[in-house]
Amino acid sequence: TSAVMAAVCGRGLLAPLGGRLRVGPRAPLRSVAAAAAAPLYDVVVSGGGMVGSAMAAVLGHDIHFHDKKIALLEAGPRKEYDRMPDSYSNRVSSISPGSATLLSSFGAWDHVCSLRLKPFRRMQVWDACSEAMIVFEKDDLDDMGYIVENDVIMSALTKQLDAVADRVEVFYGSRAVGYTWPLPSHSCDTSPWVQIELADGRRLQTKLLIGADGHNSVVRKEAEIKNIEHRYDQSAVVATLHLSEATDNNVAWQRFLPTGPIALLPLSDTASSLVWSTSHEHASELLTMDEESFVDSINSAFWSNVNHSDFIDTAGAMFRSAISLLKPSGTAVRQLPPSIAKVDPESRAMFPLGMGHATEYVQHRVALIGDAAHRIHPLAGQGVNLGFGDIACLTHHLSAAAFNGSDLGSLKHLLKFETERQRHNVSLIAATDVLKRLYSTRLTPLVLLRTWGLQATNALPPVKVRI
Amino acid sequence: QLSLFRLTMKRLFSTSHSSVDSKEMKKFQLLAHKWWDEEGEYSALHSMNDIRVPFIRDTLLNMSSNYHLGNPLSGLKILDVGCGGGLLSEPLGRLGASVTGIDPLEDNIRTADQHKSFDPVLAKRIQYKSSSLEEIVEECMETFDVIVASEVVEHVADLEMFIKCCSQVLKPEGSLFITTINKTQLSYVLGIVVAEKIIGIVPEGTHEWEKFVPPEQLEHLLESNGFSVKTVNGMLYNPLWGSWSWMESTSINYAMHAVKSGAREQSSPTDALSELESEQHPATAGTAT
Repeated sequence: TSAVMAAVCGRGLLAPLGGRLRVGPRAPLRSVAAAAAAPLYDVVVSGGGMVGSAMAAVLGHDIHFHDKKIALLEAGPRKEYDRMPDSYSNRVSSISPGSATLLSSFGAWDHVCSLRLKPFRRMQVWDACSEAMIVFEKDDLDDMGYIVENDVIMSALTKQLDAVADRVEVFYGSRAVGYTWPLPSHSCDTSPWVQIELADGRRLQTKLLIGADGHNSVVRKEAEIKNIEHRYDQSAVVATLHLSEATDNNVAWQRFLPTGPIALLPLSDTASSLVWSTSHEHASELLTMDEESFVDSINSAFWSNVNHSDFIDTAGAMFRSAISLLKPSGTAVRQLPPSIAKVDPESRAMFPLGMGHATEYVQHRVALIGDAAHRIHPLAGQGVNLGFGDIACLTHHLSAAAFNGSDLGSLKHLLKFETERQRHNVSLIAATDVLKRLYSTRLTPLVLLRTWGLQATNALPPVKVRI
Repeated sequence: QLSLFRLTMKRLFSTSHSSVDSKEMKKFQLLAHKWWDEEGEYSALHSMNDIRVPFIRDTLLNMSSNYHLGNPLSGLKILDVGCGGGLLSEPLGRLGASVTGIDPLEDNIRTADQHKSFDPVLAKRIQYKSSSLEEIVEECMETFDVIVASEVVEHVADLEMFIKCCSQVLKPEGSLFITTINKTQLSYVLGIVVAEKIIGIVPEGTHEWEKFVPPEQLEHLLESNGFSVKTVNGMLYNPLWGSWSWMESTSINYAMHAVKSGAREQSSPTDALSELESEQHPATAGTAT
């Protein structure tokens, strides 16, 4: 993984920018006159998912972008709800407090709160092969995070985009089919802007193109940015579950099975969302089996100790008593997750998992954010939070650039964004990858290693806080 | 070559003394097309925007009570003297100002015009003119709110006349921003030997140490021509990162902000005195002047 880390990091500070500037046009250049007819935007965001929409909304609410023109391109239809349907959607995200802060900075969090969300105060993570576990909770009993349906977030973002409709133009049902990149700045007889061609033939020009079009990003491919990717031999099964009995339900549960982690994320006092990463075959089985067997599999996955071995249990117990001698408060009692009574019909679905990281996040007049730049395993619950982190960082740099009268597409400030975010994202993606591999085995030495590691981490406050 | 000849002819036949130095113009002629290559010969000027634009912007915002952070320089008329390819005119235009950029070299103006033409907002806000400062004085008396003369005064032939012309086209209480290079041993070593000959971040021959201007001399010239110097800040270029920063010492590069006095144009000290007397005793008859 260190080789992966070395390979995924972008260029160093002293490397010349020249390598990022395109050498020649990739598509036949239209005449300047024809190009000049297409409307010119300051920023175009390609991709109207949670990250793309939030990016456009944040810029639209930024005071230094007051007089700028922004466009958002989304292939799908407009999504807005005044009231949520009674049943929960099976696609949910774990929103960190940092992401909630970003969303409230432009008024979207209020809408989320008025629709629905579930705060959680504790996170319990434990192993199937041993007694080892780690519990995360904030000292002051503050919320650790929030489980929110993706549809709720989208609805909130749509409302806030409407609020700045004079600055942000949203093109629904529009997909970009071609991009034409400008030549490097010193040859000045052709248009210096990025040309975008939509599926319906319309054309736009922009000073900065932000690619937020997901892990199969077209922007990234067309910009010829190398992507390091790896398909995991796992799929994630999602479903909406109903608990046997109502409870406070403010704990997020995750158990590492040898086949992959299973997580239960609270939605309400009586419902939780399932995210079960497992082999492709097992995932298909789970989808096709009848509802009763499905519920039994889930309960058994959380409660059964079939994977324990005496050796590991003894070794784990020894380590635990050693820790309790040194640090009496360092061992916590393992709680049991709530048992599941039934699953919402039609709520079962699966999707394949993978990991990816773009070697560059930026080029002249182009920036990638969200899954277009990095794709991560859901076991850390970080996917969309990384995207929101990208938005906070990029907005900071673009806002400063706008207040300095700079050309928004200039690599100078885009590279600052790239360096900051790669530094943050690479370590998290690599760590998640390591965790995924470490927990995918029954081999005794590795189980022992991770058992002791988990127990030690649970006992050490400084390490836990950093996580 | 034809444009250079024409300008030289203008100089011979002009009735007034010019601040434009033709030797200087020849040096810039060769690089007229290189202005907008951020990594090329003018990269240090591109990165200087990172400190000179905020300096100009914040100074002007602090002097004003009515502004919008989305359009901070809106409503201001700015003259960019020696604008070159428009490196400083464009950011000022983006911040909302109406900018007039002048440069004696036609090729520079051509480059600047072409570069702004692709952005409809800038194309409207910025006007470029191939001209020296003296040539626009007559038609632009007290026209501008702000003049910026960045990296220019070390190239002019007659600095005092340059400053007098600035005063004439500037409105009363208007601001003048100058960035230039000090005349010290350090500026010779770093500004010429290292910058031009060793590292090559400035094209060789661009600067002549003899023409560098110490801040004391500049301040004196400004104060004796109706300006009040408000700020002097040292600037430092770091060639490793290619970035500029502020520093205490003005021994190499520095920036200056001066404000033109608010009183009307005065032709002689005795007239000024008599004006003052008559203002103080308007009702008293028979006051001798």
